[in-house]
Amino acid sequence: MSDHPDLTKLIFGRLSWDAIPLHEPILLATFAAVVVGGLALLAVITRYRLWGYLWHEWFTSIDHKKIGIMYMVLGLVMLLRGFADAIMMRLQQAISFGDNLGYLPPHHYDQVFTAHGVIMIFFVAMPIVTGLMNYVVPLQIGARDVAFPFLNNFSFWMTTAGAVLVMASLFVGEFARTGWLAYPPLSGILASPDVGVDYYIWSLQIAGVGTLLSGVNLLVTIIKMRAPGMKLMQMPVFTWTALCTNVLIIAAFPVLTAVLALLSLDRYLGTHMFTNELGGNAMMYVNLIWIWGHPEVYILILPMFGVFSEVVSTFAGKRLFGYTSMVYATIVITVLSYLVWLHHFFTMGSGASVNSFFGITTMIISIPTGAKIFNWLFTMYRGRIRFELPMMWVVAFMVTFVIGGMTGVLLAVPPADFSLHNSLFLIAHFHNVIIGGVLFGAFAAINFWFPKAFGFRLDPFWGKCSFWLWVVGFYFAFMPLYVLGLMGVTRRISHFEDPSLQIWFQIAAFGAVLIALGIGAMLIQFVVSFLRRDKLRDVTGDPWGGRTLEWSTSSPPPAYNFAFTPVVHDGDAWWQMKQLGWKRPLSGFIDIHMPKNTGAGIILAGISTVLGFAMIWQMWLIAAVAFAALLAVAIGHTFNYNREYYIQAADVARVEAARTEQLASHV
Amino acid sequence: MSNATSLNAAAGEPLKFHQETEHHPENGTLLGFWLYLMSDCLIFACLFAVYGVLGRSYAGGPTGAEVFELPLVALNTSLLLLSSITYGFAMLEMQRKRVNGTLVWLAITGLLGAGFIGIELYEFGHLIAEGNGPQRSAFLSSFFTLVGTHGLHVSCGIIWLITLMVQVKRKGLIAANKRRLWCLSMFWHFLDVVWIGVFSFVYLMGVLP
Repeated sequence: MSDHPDLTKLIFGRLSWDAIPLHEPILLATFAAVVVGGLALLAVITRYRLWGYLWHEWFTSIDHKKIGIMYMVLGLVMLLRGFADAIMMRLQQAISFGDNLGYLPPHHYDQVFTAHGVIMIFFVAMPIVTGLMNYVVPLQIGARDVAFPFLNNFSFWMTTAGAVLVMASLFVGEFARTGWLAYPPLSGILASPDVGVDYYIWSLQIAGVGTLLSGVNLLVTIIKMRAPGMKLMQMPVFTWTALCTNVLIIAAFPVLTAVLALLSLDRYLGTHMFTNELGGNAMMYVNLIWIWGHPEVYILILPMFGVFSEVVSTFAGKRLFGYTSMVYATIVITVLSYLVWLHHFFTMGSGASVNSFFGITTMIISIPTGAKIFNWLFTMYRGRIRFELPMMWVVAFMVTFVIGGMTGVLLAVPPADFSLHNSLFLIAHFHNVIIGGVLFGAFAAINFWFPKAFGFRLDPFWGKCSFWLWVVGFYFAFMPLYVLGLMGVTRRISHFEDPSLQIWFQIAAFGAVLIALGIGAMLIQFVVSFLRRDKLRDVTGDPWGGRTLEWSTSSPPPAYNFAFTPVVHDGDAWWQMKQLGWKRPLSGFIDIHMPKNTGAGIILAGISTVLGFAMIWQMWLIAAVAFAALLAVAIGHTFNYNREYYIQAADVARVEAARTEQLASHV
Repeated sequence: MSNATSLNAAAGEPLKFHQETEHHPENGTLLGFWLYLMSDCLIFACLFAVYGVLGRSYAGGPTGAEVFELPLVALNTSLLLLSSITYGFAMLEMQRKRVNGTLVWLAITGLLGAGFIGIELYEFGHLIAEGNGPQRSAFLSSFFTLVGTHGLHVSCGIIWLITLMVQVKRKGLIAANKRRLWCLSMFWHFLDVVWIGVFSFVYLMGVLP
């Protein structure tokens, strides 16, 4: 022991060499792979002198387009981690029968399913949704950037900081073993005394700051920064769904912040909010976290409904059927999403009246959702449909999501839920809607807007490989879980005795392998498209025959988005401009006022990561220093009044002239 | 803007699809800050709800009637309410473009806020010393959390207020500083409104049998 045990404790807290999982071969191999891969990446960046480029052009950028792309990259990288967890679970459950205990001990298996849920929702789906909104919304409303560009950068880095903490838990200490919502008393200090739940709390709290601020940011952007003439009922549907999603973020995430803070107080200070003694009430946690949790699933799916609307009307070559009903359906879902949280725990025993109320509100949500499905179908009806990749994903979504929606209505019936609660039927249901809805939507969106973001289309062949592998793999992976759920198999089990169940788990594992190939094909698609970028080049800025303003500018758009602010007269603004023969202005450019890059966001988020890590390991001294530094940097940043600059008219003219030349040479 | 273009359309002129002069969208800071405040309000709503559920779970420990000292809380409440008025005076001075007047009223506001925090800390210290800390019962856990969160907000407000005083002193009442003063003003009054809820719901109702 050290001569100054107290100081050691203040600096290192609970952290010791025991926290490094040297005795877990799987983790050790993963760690080695990550270290080797990470070092290789760093070496490449250094070799090609990319640090300056990355720092100036990306990390400190307040350009909504670059931040949007960084969000997408974060989401896709974390998808690989989350999927690694998924395939580990599928493999374990496929082999762990009878005498065979599988390869994951229960305490490890429990961390895997917790990390899988947390990562997929918070660090895959959320970054992808936020990234899409970030990239597309300002372009669709004819704005130059978001309302608070610095906050946007800060939000991104806070989300990344949360992801970093989750990843750190893999190699330093452990992650929660509680399930993705960390219900007490299991997540309380008595049942989970080690650092797992603390990793969970701090990564979500830090990422939550980013999510909330980005919600405020995008909502203000949509309300205040629309192009002149664009009335609310002329906004593109994706922007409408983004608006509703950000309302939901602002109204739901504070509840998560509050409930996790209360859980931390129970764990750190020994209070009795959710404990089993001295008056605590664990069911209050369950209620509160689902008051956040249910709106959260609509935060994820609503923007995807917007994506499907844009894709369907573009690839059917028709104005969206029932625009108004689409908007109202979105708003109704927004409101109803707050009135259904209790359906996640009918078995709590709230009584017949309460359960009926929440059962009925849940079923009512299927009405506006059904209206949307019909709107998309009627848009396709008599359209001249082009089955490009985005459209294929939409069709896969419609079929898959309807199945998931119907099993959802089954679960909404309280008596049925009493036997299906926490069963694999539930697992199959929510994967059916989240993969079939959010993920398929994300893939539609990536294939749809990729040419806008990078100036070349994604390769269709590998895209179609990925599509079929994903879709078929999904059905193989999750339909067996419906069957198993109906047979009474519950979730979060790492070992089974009944051999008759095994075949279903093996089919599901086969499905997971197909999905793995689908992910592989997607990665190949990115690489192949990059290599063939000259063939796939989009010089028009409008590769699909688009209808909304983002297609009126070049691909990729210039830093200022639009040389002149567009004036809007119609819902399908760009379509109308094309119909009426709008000519791109070639002269008369003016200076454009833009925000300046800043490193404050990444620095603040870096300090927050240190603060979170120190709080997790109870390194009080480091936590105090980090907190003071956080405060000092934040206050210091407010003394910087010089945050904007002008892009000179001459520079705008040069960029626009290059575009004119490009357009002329490719007619 | 939209009026002008639709008039053009009515007059039969071709529609204009872009604007030749730079478009200046309205500044969204105040709306954004207000939205943030509403999200903060939801955090308080949760804490109030938690207090509503746990507020009578004494677990054999003291009740509100036994531990709350209403005269002290009344003093505290008046300090905070008064600080809202003095912040209002600071804003009036700001409107009259008087830097020193603004700073003086801000300083008074800050002192009243500090007084509020001081009394709250005394109250907390007293409770803890008597063995009635947040670990004693669910009632006290939720009480300390709700009131403590409000106190934490006021403390942040004071730090912000001091920062802003330095900035006003240095840069004067420029547009950016005025906008910040408006934001802090909303924040400060918001905390007052929350405190009225705390005072009525926690303290006044807490001493009822």
